[in-house]
Amino acid sequence: MTSLALSHTEPRRLGPLGTASALLLPIAVVNAIGFLWPVVNLLKMSFREAQASGALGAGYNLDTWTNALTDSFTLELITNSVGVSLLITVLTLIASYPIALYLHRSTGTWRTVLMVLVVAPLLTSAVVRTYGWIAILSDRGLVANALMALGMAEPPRLMFNLTGVVIGLTEILMPYMILALLSGFGRLDPRLEEAALTLGASPLKTFWRVVLPLTAPGMALGGLLCFVLAISSFVTPKLLGGGRVFLLATEIYDQAIVTLNWPLAAALSMIVLVVFGISLTLYARALRRIA
Amino acid sequence: MDERPVSPALKIAAGLMFLFLLAPLLVVLPISFSGDDFMAFPPSSWSVKWYGAIFANSVMMNAFWISLALAFVVTVLSLGIGLPAAYALVRLKPPGAEALANLFSAPLLLPTIVLGLALLLVFAPMGLIGSFQGLVAAHLIVTLPYAVRVLSTALANLPLTVEEAAGMLGARPLTVFFRVTLPMMRSGLVSTTALCFLVSFDEVVLSLFMTGPRLQTLPVAMYNHVDQQADPMAAAISVLLVVLTLAVVLVVDRTAGLTRTFVK
Repeated sequence: MTSLALSHTEPRRLGPLGTASALLLPIAVVNAIGFLWPVVNLLKMSFREAQASGALGAGYNLDTWTNALTDSFTLELITNSVGVSLLITVLTLIASYPIALYLHRSTGTWRTVLMVLVVAPLLTSAVVRTYGWIAILSDRGLVANALMALGMAEPPRLMFNLTGVVIGLTEILMPYMILALLSGFGRLDPRLEEAALTLGASPLKTFWRVVLPLTAPGMALGGLLCFVLAISSFVTPKLLGGGRVFLLATEIYDQAIVTLNWPLAAALSMIVLVVFGISLTLYARALRRIA
Repeated sequence: MDERPVSPALKIAAGLMFLFLLAPLLVVLPISFSGDDFMAFPPSSWSVKWYGAIFANSVMMNAFWISLALAFVVTVLSLGIGLPAAYALVRLKPPGAEALANLFSAPLLLPTIVLGLALLLVFAPMGLIGSFQGLVAAHLIVTLPYAVRVLSTALANLPLTVEEAAGMLGARPLTVFFRVTLPMMRSGLVSTTALCFLVSFDEVVLSLFMTGPRLQTLPVAMYNHVDQQADPMAAAISVLLVVLTLAVVLVVDRTAGLTRTFVK
């Protein structure tokens, strides 16, 4: 491939394969330098020896891994991150389902307008939306002021704790969930619902026995997407958690930038990727069961 | 298509959830016109002083120009590298084209926190942290997959007959590409440009790993600002950013169609 690509000074003599190689060379170089090599290097880094000064030892060993997998702080970090991400996924699903169902049933310009409203937050920076949540949840924010106006002397703290992180991330991930749900709603034929209703099923039973099972594939896709995005999101937990909420993503950044323990940061990253792999497998299995 | 009337319960539930979804964007606008010295909602007085504060803040203004230049360079490079790649994958179909396409979109599957760390570990020894080149390289990794994917779709949807006719009439392949193929891909090119620009301009996690104290992008400067003090200036910048995004989206909508571009 290299020899073919190098001869690109005489393009007319190149066969289709040669031309293709020449055209693909730039992206292959970027991909190799910016993706393949860094990822391999990251894996290798997790086996390097971390020294207190932030320097790296010469050899390779399993110390970082054994420490990470026996230390109660890291273990708690992993279970916390998985638990919080699962909670956020479930809340996102509950909050997104009515919107997706309503969008699925609306038509024309109204549907386009609503669609734009769903996509618009996706196009605004996570920093901006997190800042909006600070304005709503902080001690002088919308909720606290409203509760005080209603007579509550000490409104509950909604920020710099897990509550704030869960509320903010749920909202930030909703557009992904809505789009995933909509992509799966194609199987929802209104005639099936009508049939169920005509045959005497109550609206609630129709929803539970007909609508919900038919939309399960969309729910599974949205669930996977939100879980994966929740466990790897960094900006919102950092800003709304105020350094008091410890999750995998925030710890990776702190270990890499503040503590300068690169091997541990690399090992934690690998753990995130393993969680990714596990959730993908579970998704595939769930999909097979639904279908 | 669906004639079934929407139940009032669903309407109320959807309405409430829409309110929740849009709440952070809805509060930012009034706060940006706050006259207070700290962030409070609702503000006790109104003014435009925080908009003036942005232009007086050299950190933010520098960061804005860096972000703009970065997004421009990254978009141009994404088109320059992505277009030949898309052409090769779609039109020349070399063996293993599908595997290659998967490899080129693989960086998007990696969480940015992991990708950012991976890049930090290889860029730091090369002295690329805190440099413009390092930022360009990092952003390219995430914009290129979008560019290749959107351009490939645009190319695959073109009718081949016009290009074949031009070729039969004696036009050389390069002439056909620049005079026939490229003009027909206009909407795909506009979408790619907008997408790469917005992705680069909004990128924060990768940039947090790549920036140093002297070189900050706007999202990083805003992140640092909000992390230290969430004053109304951040709201004013947010409003300007939303306006900028809307402007880009409107341009795309006029030329390429919004739903076709962002909602697949």
